[in-house]
Amino acid sequence: MDLIVFYLFATLAVIAALGVVALRNPVHAALCLAVVFISLAALYVLLSAPFVAAAQVMIYAGAILILFVFVIMLLSPGVDQGAGALKWQRPLAAVFGLALAVELILVLASAVLPAARGQYTPERLAQIGDVQAIGALLFTDFLLPFEITSLLLLVAMVGVIVLAKKRVRS
Amino acid sequence: MDLLNNLFVNLYDWLAGALHALAAGLNLVKDAENAIVAAVMSLVVIVVLLLWLVLMVLVLIWLERKNAARIQDRVGPNRVGPFGLLQPVADTIKMFIKEDIVPTNADRLVHTLAPIVVAAPAVLAFAVIPWGKGMFPVDLNIGVLWVVAVGSIGTIGIFMAGYGSNNKYSLLGGMRAVAQMVSYEVPQVLTIVAIVLMTGSLSLNKIVDAQSGWGGMQWYIFAFPVGPIAFIVYYLSALAEVNRTPFDIPEGESEIVAGHHTEYSGMKWGLFYVGEYFNFFLVCTIAVTLFFGGWQGPLLPPYVWFLIKVYALILLGMWIRMTWPRFRVDQLMGFAWKTLVPIALVNIILAALATPILKAIGLI
Amino acid sequence: MPIDYLPILVMVVVVIAFAAIALTFSALTGPRRPNPSKLSPYESGMPPFGSARRRISIKYYLTAVLFILFDIEIIFFYPWAVLFRQLQLFGLIEMAVFVIVLLVGYVYIWKKGGFDWD
Repeated sequence: MDLIVFYLFATLAVIAALGVVALRNPVHAALCLAVVFISLAALYVLLSAPFVAAAQVMIYAGAILILFVFVIMLLSPGVDQGAGALKWQRPLAAVFGLALAVELILVLASAVLPAARGQYTPERLAQIGDVQAIGALLFTDFLLPFEITSLLLLVAMVGVIVLAKKRVRS
Repeated sequence: MDLLNNLFVNLYDWLAGALHALAAGLNLVKDAENAIVAAVMSLVVIVVLLLWLVLMVLVLIWLERKNAARIQDRVGPNRVGPFGLLQPVADTIKMFIKEDIVPTNADRLVHTLAPIVVAAPAVLAFAVIPWGKGMFPVDLNIGVLWVVAVGSIGTIGIFMAGYGSNNKYSLLGGMRAVAQMVSYEVPQVLTIVAIVLMTGSLSLNKIVDAQSGWGGMQWYIFAFPVGPIAFIVYYLSALAEVNRTPFDIPEGESEIVAGHHTEYSGMKWGLFYVGEYFNFFLVCTIAVTLFFGGWQGPLLPPYVWFLIKVYALILLGMWIRMTWPRFRVDQLMGFAWKTLVPIALVNIILAALATPILKAIGLI
Repeated sequence: MPIDYLPILVMVVVVIAFAAIALTFSALTGPRRPNPSKLSPYESGMPPFGSARRRISIKYYLTAVLFILFDIEIIFFYPWAVLFRQLQLFGLIEMAVFVIVLLVGYVYIWKKGGFDWD
């Protein structure tokens, strides 16, 4: 059952991700990105992490995507005509893409990807709840990263004001 | 009395039992039988929920029109059915027989999908609401966040409508609507933290259970001062979130015609309209669940209590709509960021400090 | 635990199907008599000029970034609020440090007029 749902959403995510890259209209690409985000959220639910899934939808599909579409609308909402591409870009992209594909196939074929198995197994998560698990780690072991996040957010706040509000001062 | 209190739970159990009896005739493995019954039952619950919501929206539309008429000293719809009760049904039929117009050069796919993306998440959010004792479609332990997360998908639908219509008013309205919805989502979500803090859980069922003291009257709204402040911030930002007057700038007809649904007609427009009422109903049910004890209450059956409280809040919203003029766009954004957000933040700190005290004196 | 979400999956399918059927049905029952002026975008009765896909103001960009920042802040509030009973005073201090740093940014944005719409 889990496997069927996994393949359903994984396929959806991959197709939508291809859409993000391939579609000419940037707004369509952004909407495909929303599908990718939501599919990923479904995969998080399958991993017994509904809190992460909710955060994914809230922050990525709800906030970051809105930023993307606003930026697209801010620049030029028209269809990309392909103008401005440099001549040597396409062959170079093909070479690098091929190299990356070979690399990926080699890695995936050679080994099952090992992942560390921590103390929070799906059974334990079901018992205590993933919000509690994340909170307990975040506010004890990972306290410093948590506090540093606030500094990062502060930098971002200053940054956006500098970018968007410059004209007001002069 | 007990029968009445548990009417729907008993109905559910009876139906599940009947299905089990039916499935037993098929001689399946126990696991398969359970899975089939569970799947059929969840389908039944979902279809019932959907029909119930559609009925509620029809009632809301009638109520809003009648109410607006009364406040403006008119009679309101009174031709179709007794007291005009069948007016929304007639409206629905009308929407079905209207021509479906897609403007030239519109982004056809985006234009068509937008109403679905707006209306569907609104329905999904209802999945976690406890409608009465033991009456919840699903109990998620991230309940509150589920509602918030699903609600944020609707914003994308509004943008799609604005962008897809190839109309300047639509684009302006859609952009304003998105900006307004994201701005008011901040105080709305922030103020819920105070309630989560007092309960220590995100599950809506647990939040309702936490308000069961005093014979079902120990609601968070009485947890002075945290509860009332949280409720006022929530209700105001929720009204803005669902774009109702006085916060209906995105569709301010004196400036930008009808905002993002300028170019919509027929059932596509109908889905936007229904979606708006779904959302309005949703924020009222959430407010009741978080601040007014959900289905808790003495004497009357739980689901009746729930509906009474929800409709009280809905009438309040309609009253506000009929009484206040529209905000200006510059006032609107300032109100979210400069008034509601600081109040909500202070309220969280207040909640953190006051929870032990409120517990000691028995207010929560 | 993921099994709790199975009804939700069913619900997503049912709701989208319901909306799609309503749209299809309405497209079938309604008339279809298009003409150029009916299909032209509404512009208060004037013939539409120029493209409707115009560039928007930077104000929207500012709003979106502020929303992301506060959304991330809020998402940290939730596990903290759930765990507040266990964390006690320590939790309060942790969150106070977090909030104070962000308050500096909040006041900065306010002073620079970041919350003003014009």
